Amino acid sequence: MTSTTLSPTPTPTPTAAPAGASRQRGPAAARARRKRVLHWIAVHSVAIAVALLFILPFVFVFLTSVMSDSQAMSGDLWPDSWHWDNYKAVVETDGFLDWWKNSLLYAGLGTLFTVCSAIPVAYALAKFRFRGRRTAMILVISTMMLPPQVIVIPMYLVWAQQFHLSGTLWPLIIPMAFGDAYSIFLLRQFLLTIPKEYIESAKVDGCGELRTLLKIIVPMAKPGIAAIALFQFFYCWNDYFGPQIYAAQNPASWTLSYGLESFKSAHSVNWNLTMAATLLVMAPVCIVFFFAQKAFVEGVTLTGVKG
Amino acid sequence: MALTLSNPARRRLRTLGFLSPWLIGFSVFFAYPLIATVYFSFMHYNQIQKPDFVGLRNWKYVFEQMPLFGPALWNTLWLVVVMVALRVVFGLSLGLLITKIKTGAGFFRTAFYLPYLAPPVAATVAFVFLLNPSTGPVNEVLAHLGITGPNWFNDAAWAKPSLVMLSLWGIGDLMVIFMAALLDVPREQYEAAELDGAGAWSKFRYVTWPSITPIVMFAVVTGVVQTMQYYTQALVAGKIASGVSIGPGSVIQPGYPDHSTLTVPQLVYSMGFQNFNTGAACVLSLVLFAIAMAVTMLLMRKRSGLLAAED
Repeated sequence: MTSTTLSPTPTPTPTAAPAGASRQRGPAAARARRKRVLHWIAVHSVAIAVALLFILPFVFVFLTSVMSDSQAMSGDLWPDSWHWDNYKAVVETDGFLDWWKNSLLYAGLGTLFTVCSAIPVAYALAKFRFRGRRTAMILVISTMMLPPQVIVIPMYLVWAQQFHLSGTLWPLIIPMAFGDAYSIFLLRQFLLTIPKEYIESAKVDGCGELRTLLKIIVPMAKPGIAAIALFQFFYCWNDYFGPQIYAAQNPASWTLSYGLESFKSAHSVNWNLTMAATLLVMAPVCIVFFFAQKAFVEGVTLTGVKG
Repeated sequence: MALTLSNPARRRLRTLGFLSPWLIGFSVFFAYPLIATVYFSFMHYNQIQKPDFVGLRNWKYVFEQMPLFGPALWNTLWLVVVMVALRVVFGLSLGLLITKIKTGAGFFRTAFYLPYLAPPVAATVAFVFLLNPSTGPVNEVLAHLGITGPNWFNDAAWAKPSLVMLSLWGIGDLMVIFMAALLDVPREQYEAAELDGAGAWSKFRYVTWPSITPIVMFAVVTGVVQTMQYYTQALVAGKIASGVSIGPGSVIQPGYPDHSTLTVPQLVYSMGFQNFNTGAACVLSLVLFAIAMAVTMLLMRKRSGLLAAED
């Protein structure tokens, strides 16, 4: 207990406020401070408890990933000995490095295509006035809202029968050069926040639309572009449905997300290797997040807020 | 010269030029397949022989005879209601908590957000391991506390709740959205409420809630649409928990255990790509389309900020 601060008659000091004021404030301020401290403790204990629940799965997965085969099956929580070579075994598994390459190809090219196609579209939707602008936005949002399963069958038939591209990731990558609704929507929301004075003064200076876009808007929209690039990269990295539709028949085209599940099936008893592989699939996402936290948070808040 | 702008025809051409990637994408990768889905829903088509017109037979089959349609629709709707409700409540609570944290806010935000980034397949595989009834750490910890844990993903009654837990673990995106909305509530309103002697609950009820309702609405609607397409986690959980070895080509019954994790999107996949019953698969995807569309319309109607900020 902090009995001194609770004392009803605080000892006056030379610099203290006028006696009348401090006599009123003393006990009330102390009570308020105690309330604040209790509140601080309550909030932070809840936060620590919740944070533990969120982090523990990672901890258990990691601990299992360095256990021996038999211990991973035992239900033990702490490894007897640390088998770091489990990670080596996973990386050396047939196909695992190919899955990495395929994931990088899909996510890398997919992101590049998405960003290049979303910028002009989002700009036009945010800053041009034309008839049908509202309809166009409604269509973009409808596309964004639609389950991919709704259109997958005819699309698969076209790619497989017309272009003979099943067994590859191209049917997933090529469409991204033609605009992804979610990225267009997100970037448009971001571009709305850029004042039109910048565009007008660029025009006064004699910039055409394309120059204005490239020289003025793109540099100003970097945070928004970073956000859609990150989201698209992780969408592709995490995608399971797409690779299952197009790449499943051909193990050489599997991505990490798709391969991981079959990895578990092939190593049906080896939870330690499976958990090591699981962490290897998660790792790039976590690493990129630490370097790009701001863009992530900005992207997520943009989706929900504003308006 | 810069004067192209005054010319309406050129201006229209310019707009068209900027929009062209999306116009092509929308027509080729959205409008066409949507029309084709409707077309195939009236066809008997096994993807080898030519499509054959059968009228409403696929529709009748799906609604009257398909044995798994009922369970799949029930599971999907169950997940839509329970998952979305719990996600919104939990996401909002975490958002409130994070705005109250004074010390180490960055650490807590990262801890709450990180699971959202975990690839769904990886997160699901991890959860099936964590919740493994006999050897999983969760039941091990529960046993230390004297509680006999349920069979989680291996029990039809617990499989969907386990999926809900997995989804609550990945609540990070909603938390950030709510956090931003809560930080936008004008300070002065809280101060005014305090002067009127409002307690914590009244402040939430009369100040916070009215100003975040549009975001809550947004979270509900996008949550419903996302859950309508719930696929990867349910499929992977069922496959891994069933413990059967699956190679390419081997057909497993989705929805282990007892179809409790079978969702409509999984049924679309299994009809279209395992049974090659294109017509039935297209009918199922149109059912999904109708529900998702209805929800989207509701969103537009309520104008929860999606089309706002026109200028």
